[in-house]
Amino acid sequence: MARLMKHHLFWPLTMLAGLLLFNLCYSPDFFSIQIRNGHLYGSLIDILNFGAPLIVVAIGMTLVIATKGVDLSVGSIVAITGALACMTLSKSSDQNGFAVVLLAIVISLVLAIVLGLWNGLLVSLGGIQPIIATLILMVAGRGIAQLITSGQIITVSSPRYNYIGAGSLLGLPFSVFIVLAIFITALLLTRKSALGLFIESVGTNSEASRLAGIRSRAILISVYAFCGICAGIAGLILSSNVSSADGNNAGLWVELDAILAVVIGGTSMNGGRFYLSGTLIGALIIQTLTTTIYMIGVPPEITLVVKAFVVLVVCLIQSEAFRKKIFERRKYRKYSDKAEVTRHA
Amino acid sequence: MEEQRPILQMTDIHKQFPGVKALSNVQFRLFPGEVHALMGENGAGKSTLIKVLTGVYANDQGTVELEGRTISLQSPQNAVELGISTVYQEVNLCPNLSVAENIFIGREPRRYGRILWKEINRRASQLLKERLQLQIDVTKPLHSYSVAIQQLIAIARALDVSAKVLILDEPTSSLDQNEVKQLFQIMNQLKNEGLAILFVTHFLDQVYEMSDRITILRNGEFVGEYLAKDLPRIDLVSKMIGKELHMLEDIPKTTEGRIGMDEVLIQATALGRQGVIAPFSLQIGKGEVVGLAGLLGSGRTELARLFFGADRTDQGELKLGDVGGTVQSPKQAINQGIAFCSENRKTEGIIENLTIRENIILALQANRGLFRTIPRKKQDEIAEEYIKKLNIKPSNPEHLVKNLSGGNQQKVILARWLIMQPKLLILDEPTRGIDVGTKAEIQKLVISLSREQQMSFLFISSELEEVVRVSDRIAILRDRKKIQEMNGQEISQHNVLQAIAGGNSTHG
Amino acid sequence: MLKKQYLPIIVTVALFMVMFVAGAFRYTGFFSLQVLLNLLIDNAFLLIVAIGMTFVIISGGIDLSVGSMIALTTMVSASLIQNVGWSPWVVIPLVLMIGATFGCAMGALIHYFNIQPFIVTLAGMFLARGLCYVISINTITINNTFYMSMAQTKIHLPGGNFISISVLIALVAVAIGIYVAHYTRFGRNVYALGGSEQSAVLMGLPVARTKILVYTLSGFCSALSGVVFTFYMLSGYGLHANGLELDAIAAVVIGGTLLTGGVGYIAGTFFGVMIQGVIQTIISFEGTLSSWWTKIVIGLLLFSFIVFQRIFTTRRSSRRG
Repeated sequence: MARLMKHHLFWPLTMLAGLLLFNLCYSPDFFSIQIRNGHLYGSLIDILNFGAPLIVVAIGMTLVIATKGVDLSVGSIVAITGALACMTLSKSSDQNGFAVVLLAIVISLVLAIVLGLWNGLLVSLGGIQPIIATLILMVAGRGIAQLITSGQIITVSSPRYNYIGAGSLLGLPFSVFIVLAIFITALLLTRKSALGLFIESVGTNSEASRLAGIRSRAILISVYAFCGICAGIAGLILSSNVSSADGNNAGLWVELDAILAVVIGGTSMNGGRFYLSGTLIGALIIQTLTTTIYMIGVPPEITLVVKAFVVLVVCLIQSEAFRKKIFERRKYRKYSDKAEVTRHA
Repeated sequence: MEEQRPILQMTDIHKQFPGVKALSNVQFRLFPGEVHALMGENGAGKSTLIKVLTGVYANDQGTVELEGRTISLQSPQNAVELGISTVYQEVNLCPNLSVAENIFIGREPRRYGRILWKEINRRASQLLKERLQLQIDVTKPLHSYSVAIQQLIAIARALDVSAKVLILDEPTSSLDQNEVKQLFQIMNQLKNEGLAILFVTHFLDQVYEMSDRITILRNGEFVGEYLAKDLPRIDLVSKMIGKELHMLEDIPKTTEGRIGMDEVLIQATALGRQGVIAPFSLQIGKGEVVGLAGLLGSGRTELARLFFGADRTDQGELKLGDVGGTVQSPKQAINQGIAFCSENRKTEGIIENLTIRENIILALQANRGLFRTIPRKKQDEIAEEYIKKLNIKPSNPEHLVKNLSGGNQQKVILARWLIMQPKLLILDEPTRGIDVGTKAEIQKLVISLSREQQMSFLFISSELEEVVRVSDRIAILRDRKKIQEMNGQEISQHNVLQAIAGGNSTHG
Repeated sequence: MLKKQYLPIIVTVALFMVMFVAGAFRYTGFFSLQVLLNLLIDNAFLLIVAIGMTFVIISGGIDLSVGSMIALTTMVSASLIQNVGWSPWVVIPLVLMIGATFGCAMGALIHYFNIQPFIVTLAGMFLARGLCYVISINTITINNTFYMSMAQTKIHLPGGNFISISVLIALVAVAIGIYVAHYTRFGRNVYALGGSEQSAVLMGLPVARTKILVYTLSGFCSALSGVVFTFYMLSGYGLHANGLELDAIAAVVIGGTLLTGGVGYIAGTFFGVMIQGVIQTIISFEGTLSSWWTKIVIGLLLFSFIVFQRIFTTRRSSRRG
């Protein structure tokens, strides 16, 4: 049992299970899944579908955080890629043409990589703190997205494009497969190549890594580029789901949710070890929480309050100073006031 | 001078850390109007003693008396309030604030809560001018001045807080000759004004130039207090190292039966880095163990780092065999077959959050690149092989390296480099803080690798015995200069010790 | 007396003047005192919040909660006045106290548990925004006479120009900010803390108190800004001041404050806010340019200032080392 509790997925999974259990008690039909027109419907499916963009962003964010960094610009990249894709489609005569949709996707993803590289260059070569370096694109990115859409909400009518975020395959939302593909790619990239080892090494101790011959700059740049492309894919899913691009609101605050998902998943903001599966569960927790709050009829905005407490609790647990204080207090009590301990026990 | 009462007296100081006795029964006294040098090698307890004196650590036993009254030091602030001020090598002031403000922050003259800037600037200029003969613009930020000036400003702050005791912790380490001269002038002047100065330095010449009295610590114990004029250099060094000159056994070294050693593996010509190490030439033969001997801060580590490309060189060249390649970065060095175990295991060696296995294969994997991964099975084999070979404990390769003891962490780093089969392995204090058994294991390993696999070594150690035992040739460093080389028969603890201590030249 | 350490702020002031003069040449009716005063009227709340942010950034931290704190202030004020019927004389001190307490709590978490300011204030941001919706998810319009009069009173200046009461509050806040930063021990300790926390400890400065006070001050400033924002909008709403923390950070950086802490001027922040205002004004005068250009231009300015700072500080550290 003790070993089980020490596993990095124990607490995230317990949280997720607790949330699901609450839903089961509160409204039993939370778990019901119906088949309509060959598609699956139900709250669980919704969680997967609406949670997809967050999961994708959080996967990229995990790697960035593992290097002791953070990427604040993902929300802006989500908006920019969605805007660019929709703009490309709306400018063409045949919005549903296969070539056009492909072109839109490729152009947006290339831009997403370029933006990620930009962040990576500022951090690794420029030596600017990640929070500050990515803040630039966070601010300017929204403007760029609106520039692309001319401040309008661009709607497209392209069933092919719409399929990315709203289509279904084998009865499941297509976005679920995208998430799976990215998750597996990230896993393979980090665990089957040496990338994961190098990221953890650089994130733990960059000087020692340099002396062991690791090219930490190249690692940093590629990690930010990967985070960029993840945000780009999330942007495509989001905009295709609603068949429109909103430069102002698409992906708003997704960077914060993504960071939260990563932290809940057990990856420390201090860099080092990272857990992609933990992040996956962390993102699902956030999405389930949102759905739950929505279901029990509380205004969805109140999710924020809950999130605030989750952030605090997780960070306090990760804080060495906090653990030390609690630990010392216990020890102190044991020696100074045994009576109190027994009474409370 | 003996009849005078000491201004500061530390008696029977004990300090215990979990598992380590840092100070036991240490005595220290300081008289007004004298410069007192505190000497000792690494782990001697110098810095612990200073931390006790500055209120960073509390002593477990013993008393500290200031002006005849027993004091208890609660915190650094407390020490400053009592009149014990410290100036560190890394200047502990705020670089962004003005010179004047650095002197007065926290005690600014105010009227109705409003800080009087004119008054601060006027007083700062006056203070610097009158006590330190320093005429600078005090309204400029501290960072616009050199480290030497910054140090003087730190001294000014200490003096103005009404210091009775001034601790100078390696103040000369980042200064050039002229700056050192200027600092010494000021120290002499302050001494004549009656200030008691505790001076910590690694430079023997400076000790003899400046100090009246010397206290020596070794392994946390008090060795003795001497008047500088009565303590010859050679005695000082032998007391620091713990070897009496006449007791040193001389075992003649032979290089007989060693093959290939004449073949030059790597050759440094006039290699150097401004302000870090003076240009030196050094060649290392194939299968040769070259020892670097010298006191702490003599430039041993700095020399080794240049060989590995860990720091950029700004003069001279490094040639590998007949290839004539250069070393610009650690990555390049590793490609050329050079490996480096840093003396700072925690900050420059191990990757704490990774397992033993991952730490062992790290450099090999980095050398193979991202995609030519070492298969997991192979990793386990390598890890297990070296865990066994080097007797690493715990033997579970999936154990996190941060939970290992220092000796085992050292072995993990050794394993990391040994699997690379380097041509040259640089070991910087590989046995520091390691138990005797492990120490012997590492020494044996070095000797056998150099004999059997023709691996070359650059071996740095503060322990004379160790350097002498393993080295085929020894380069001696003093005050950031390579001053001498010793070969075969010459190598003995006696000779090395004498070379380290240096002749009777007054100032290098 | 032109000193090198004032270079960033000189660049900022020069940039503001160039922009204003360029606008004056290009558009008729631009070069008037009232246009200048309108910059203040429209950005009074940003100015106030940016003062608190300047202190936080100089101390080496960051405060992401300010935008949400403004929203919470508008919401609490509106609901207490409209729904409960309390007097503004009770409500305003109360919301100011809430802001200060909120900041104080965040500062304590940052200091005592050694958690990154980014994360703690992020939680604060979520919490304050969420609490708005706990009060109500709708807009609460204020029709209290005091608030109405505060919103509508014009203070006439000679020459037919005018400013609002909020501008007065903001200008007083700037003056106090400059005084605190430059002439009080607390202010100087903030600079020392940002320069080197370790040195500050060794020099015996009250690091814990200073750090917590800095966030308390920032919380207070955001609450005060929230009060002014309430005068400006005459409503409480959970979406008010969304993303304002970014504007505030941008203003501080453009004003010449180093994001790494230790160097910065309240006066610089004043001009940082004014530059943002001028950009908006120019864009609105231009007519054909759209509002998003503001964000792009501010992003570009941020980039140039951060790179500028980076070069500035590397040159400094290379000299030291």
